[in-house]
Amino acid sequence: MTMTVIFVYLALVLAVGTLSHKLFRGTGEDYFVASRSFGPFLLLMSLFGANMTAFAILGASGEAYQEGIGVFALMASSSGLIIPTVFYFIGTRVWSLGKRHGYLSQIQYFRQRWDSDGVGLLLFFVISALMIPYILVGLMGSGITLNQITNGQLPVWLGGLIVCAVTLAYVTYGGMRSTVWVNTFQVLIFMTFGLAAFIVIFRKLGGVENGMLMVAAKHPELLIRGDKIKPLQLLSYTCIPLSVGMFPHMFLHWLTAKRASTFRYTLVFYPLCIAAVWLPSVLLGVMSSSINFPDGKMPAANVALVKMISVHAPGILAGFLAAGVLSAIMNSVDSQVLAISTMFTQDIVRHYGLHEKISEKQQVWFGRLFVVVIIAATYLLSLFVNRSIFNISVWAFTGFAAMFPVVAAAIFWKRSTKYGAYASILSVVALWLYFFLTLFPKREETIGDAGLMPVAIILIVSAAAMVIGSLLTQPPAPATLEKFFPADSAVAAKRGSRKIHA
Amino acid sequence: MKKTFPKWTLYLGLIVLYVLHNDLWLWNDRTLVFGLPIGLAYHFGFSIVTAVLMLLLVTYAWPKHLEVEAEGGHEQ
Repeated sequence: MTMTVIFVYLALVLAVGTLSHKLFRGTGEDYFVASRSFGPFLLLMSLFGANMTAFAILGASGEAYQEGIGVFALMASSSGLIIPTVFYFIGTRVWSLGKRHGYLSQIQYFRQRWDSDGVGLLLFFVISALMIPYILVGLMGSGITLNQITNGQLPVWLGGLIVCAVTLAYVTYGGMRSTVWVNTFQVLIFMTFGLAAFIVIFRKLGGVENGMLMVAAKHPELLIRGDKIKPLQLLSYTCIPLSVGMFPHMFLHWLTAKRASTFRYTLVFYPLCIAAVWLPSVLLGVMSSSINFPDGKMPAANVALVKMISVHAPGILAGFLAAGVLSAIMNSVDSQVLAISTMFTQDIVRHYGLHEKISEKQQVWFGRLFVVVIIAATYLLSLFVNRSIFNISVWAFTGFAAMFPVVAAAIFWKRSTKYGAYASILSVVALWLYFFLTLFPKREETIGDAGLMPVAIILIVSAAAMVIGSLLTQPPAPATLEKFFPADSAVAAKRGSRKIHA
Repeated sequence: MKKTFPKWTLYLGLIVLYVLHNDLWLWNDRTLVFGLPIGLAYHFGFSIVTAVLMLLLVTYAWPKHLEVEAEGGHEQ
């Protein structure tokens, strides 16, 4: 029964992707940013769906199983504050610049903002390198989910392969339009079925309070932060959600908005959506510690949620929830793959050599080709990587978050220069490699015993590098400033003309 | 722009929320509130308050000039 539900769900996903293709206009702009035509609801669903990865669904419950309720504060409520704030200050401005100058990728913007092909190329390589582990998280999560929920009937490799094939089909077929329609369908599915499974499980256990009392009896340390999460860790972890400012798929989704005001709805509902998804995930993870694995010996933290579902909500509901988890995973994998393929098409193929020769139709075909290559390569990689999903994600997020000063300076600091950008990006690369090579082999995420996350240090150094590098070099050309700060230039011109008249 | 909430008070609200996110006073409190551990209930409530602040931001401090700039004009 579970398998049937999963396959029916995947067929529905394909159907939605195929139907939305009917609206496809056949241009590069439509394939990559859906002709900048989405309204408030689709924008909320796509931004939220793109951010809800296996990290949130499987990783959160797995981490809660080990670290307790503090995981919600660590990632959910902090994300609920930081992410909409980034959308407000950065996302809306990126949309405006994107619409004004016709951008299809973030590299295009940074390259023109600092008049530098070098900055664009460096960012392209750094962003692509950081995206691979992020996509891996999704593919590994899908394989594990299908394997667990079907009690091993579907091997991990086959589960991952099925998800890759379905994602590949609708992303290559309809690009951003299909991706967003499917995302919307999937977000509604995973929120509805997630809530249903949560209610069923907790009813079986005699309510949330009863469930928490069971945890209090066996693992009381999971109901507080205690020593499991340090205050400095909570503080420094708030830097992680800044990563949305530099995610290429977030940038791409921002560009799909019809108007700046389209963002309003997203800002208000985003914190609520995050809380609604993470609360059940964290509660089920905590409960899993006392009910399914009271001795604390679970084969892998990632399976906490799946195990909870298969034990307490078997049959058709397990199938529905597996479909929900899969939708959360595919939601982000599709956007991430589309974003990388956009960068390859726009920033490598078009920018280096084929700009004049490439037609709109060819752009679309290049985009499709790169989607196939990226999904295939990442899938093969996923077969050989065997680490906790949560750990991999945090390192990818760390790199993106630490580059936040790059986008903040580009948008708000007129005096920032390409050398400042180089210094900032290279400092992130150097420090990220240092911390990754030092901490990851030991499965540690913090520096020392105080709980300080490496992202906080890298972020401070990256911001300082941007400031120092910019101040030590020539200011940007006036023509560049006029292009990117039109309102300021208009005010300056107005003041100048008043002086002349006076 | 409506003047009920000056922009700076809402920006200050963001900073205050950021500080309140670090609820050290509930760190080792095992009390259950509405069936949830208080540390979890606090952060769930925090998410709701964040949504309210966002509503105020989009109502009273919306960057309207971006729409004009996107079309290639300047707000006067």
